[in-house]
Amino acid sequence: MSIEAHGIRKKFGAYTALDGVDLNVPQGKLVALLGPSGSGKTTLLRIIAGLEFPDPGSGRVLFHGEDVTDVPAGKRRVGFVFQHYALFRHMSVFDNVAFGLRVRRRRDRPSKESIAERAHKLLELVQLEGLAGRYPSQLSGGERQRVALARALAVEPKVLLLDEPFGALDARVRKDLRRWLRRFHDEIQLTTIFVTHDQEEALEIADEVVIMNKAHVEQVGTPQEVYDRPASPFVYQFLGNVNVLRAPALAHSVPRGARPEGPNPEGQIYVRPHDIEVTAHDAGGTGLSAVVRHIHAAGPQARLLVEQVQTREHVEVEISRSELSNLGLNVNDLVRLRLRQTHSFDEDYAI
Amino acid sequence: MASAIASTLATRPVRAVSHRATRDPAWARWTLTAVALLFLAFFLVLPLLVVFVQALDKGGAYFLATVREPDALASIRLTLLTVAIAVPANVTFGVSAAWAIAKFRFPGKSLLTTLIDLPFAVSPVISGLIYVLVFGAQGWLGPWLIDHNIRIIFAVPGIILATTFVTFPFVARELIPLMQAQGTDEEYSAVTLGASGWQTFWRVTLPNIRWGLLYGVILCNARAMGEFGAVSVVSGHIRGETNTMPLHVEILYNEYNIVGAFAVASLLALLALATLVLKSIVEWRQTGTP
Repeated sequence: MSIEAHGIRKKFGAYTALDGVDLNVPQGKLVALLGPSGSGKTTLLRIIAGLEFPDPGSGRVLFHGEDVTDVPAGKRRVGFVFQHYALFRHMSVFDNVAFGLRVRRRRDRPSKESIAERAHKLLELVQLEGLAGRYPSQLSGGERQRVALARALAVEPKVLLLDEPFGALDARVRKDLRRWLRRFHDEIQLTTIFVTHDQEEALEIADEVVIMNKAHVEQVGTPQEVYDRPASPFVYQFLGNVNVLRAPALAHSVPRGARPEGPNPEGQIYVRPHDIEVTAHDAGGTGLSAVVRHIHAAGPQARLLVEQVQTREHVEVEISRSELSNLGLNVNDLVRLRLRQTHSFDEDYAI
Repeated sequence: MASAIASTLATRPVRAVSHRATRDPAWARWTLTAVALLFLAFFLVLPLLVVFVQALDKGGAYFLATVREPDALASIRLTLLTVAIAVPANVTFGVSAAWAIAKFRFPGKSLLTTLIDLPFAVSPVISGLIYVLVFGAQGWLGPWLIDHNIRIIFAVPGIILATTFVTFPFVARELIPLMQAQGTDEEYSAVTLGASGWQTFWRVTLPNIRWGLLYGVILCNARAMGEFGAVSVVSGHIRGETNTMPLHVEILYNEYNIVGAFAVASLLALLALATLVLKSIVEWRQTGTP
């Protein structure tokens, strides 16, 4: 089922959480709402679920083209997984999963046997068959997460909404679980929106990323689109490390094709650390002279902190370990920098 | 062998030091413990013993006779009736107030939170007087009540009202922090799963607060049985009609029927002890379950 939101506004007192937000999630896609905390992403998710309502007269929420703005949460057929799972702590895993079916009105309620069958099938789906009798406090974070997912799926939702699904887990479990979620989504093909503040997570598993900032949507696109063609300085900076450099100094260090175009010669240039090429200074040729100030070689890539000779601006550079050893660099060596790919934004668009 | 000895020798001084650093000297520990125990014995255990010793001073037969006397029986019945109405009423009010305060945002919330504490802040005598001023013959509603032949002050309704007022905070106070700590996510979950408000309350909220609620009920019950000040003001002390157990104890005592007074008092004390045992069981359960 597709999800649309048009012109959603939401204020909490004097604080604006959402300021005219539009969203369009096609059927069957896995979409990430990505943004820093306070950007309004969770509020948007709760409005889609029906746990919050947009300010009166401000906007509409459509499921499959049908207006559900005034439909209460319980009737929207959404599966919602909370950041801290919100499992019913006094119920066993099995009872948690069966809850959504047991609270149905008698004529819609499946028989006891089919409820049990369905709950067990769902626990099998999330690979927790053996834990039906346990209580939430006896489970690990990853297990709780999957129980919450099974519970949400029990009511056969038309959409699945996940609020920071991996936020409360440790790094290793988080990685495993997000790959599992991607495979899981491919299997069940349910339109899914998840909220996250972790750009790596969003870029890795989402079909489409919606980047939010300060109550607005900044950009929508596939992970590759938003990473390669960020629409604003905010997106550029949010999606990875970036150097912000003054443009004039760089005029001769950027190859013609990569040079920023448009009426902005005095503006700023954005360049990612891995888009900078480092060559030895005495090799001649063009490039920006800089002095190596710090070498951080632990990890898959070597990170250098260099200082431009001309402007004294500090620049972060990422090169491979083998390149580093080929160059034989030491602190205080002079090098040349060449920028492979840069971005610039019109001043009036900048934040 | 030698190395084992060497290692114990090596670890021993370290351990001793770490223990000494976190412990007070023995004499200080013993003195503090002794002071606490003496205080307990003198102010809590001794009076309790005196109650039971005095009650049985003239033998078991006299004790039974005093307790079975019609006025005493009437006071027991009245106390139980008061508790039977005041406690359920306060459970209802307390749960609704705590639910509203802990789970919703609304204007006037902090005012309501403060008001709940009012009965604790006001002297019980004042609480009783308030009812006399409102419902008494010279009070605001007095003439109207007399016209309609409704008796509140110096009658059972007044006693129940005053008791309910005085014991109002127990349940709400117990539940508000508990419900605030639990948050609203579980309720929201239930709602997204299709549960109605009523189902959410019975199946999710109530089971989560059951031990806290029981604890509040026990405290509320103990206070409702023992309330003296507020009830004394509104009761009128009519023997066999408007005397609760604490008031009956006072009357017997004022009539120099010391043994009789202690006999009825011992019943109250027994109820209090039973309450304490119940409370400990609940506390033990509360910490024992997730």
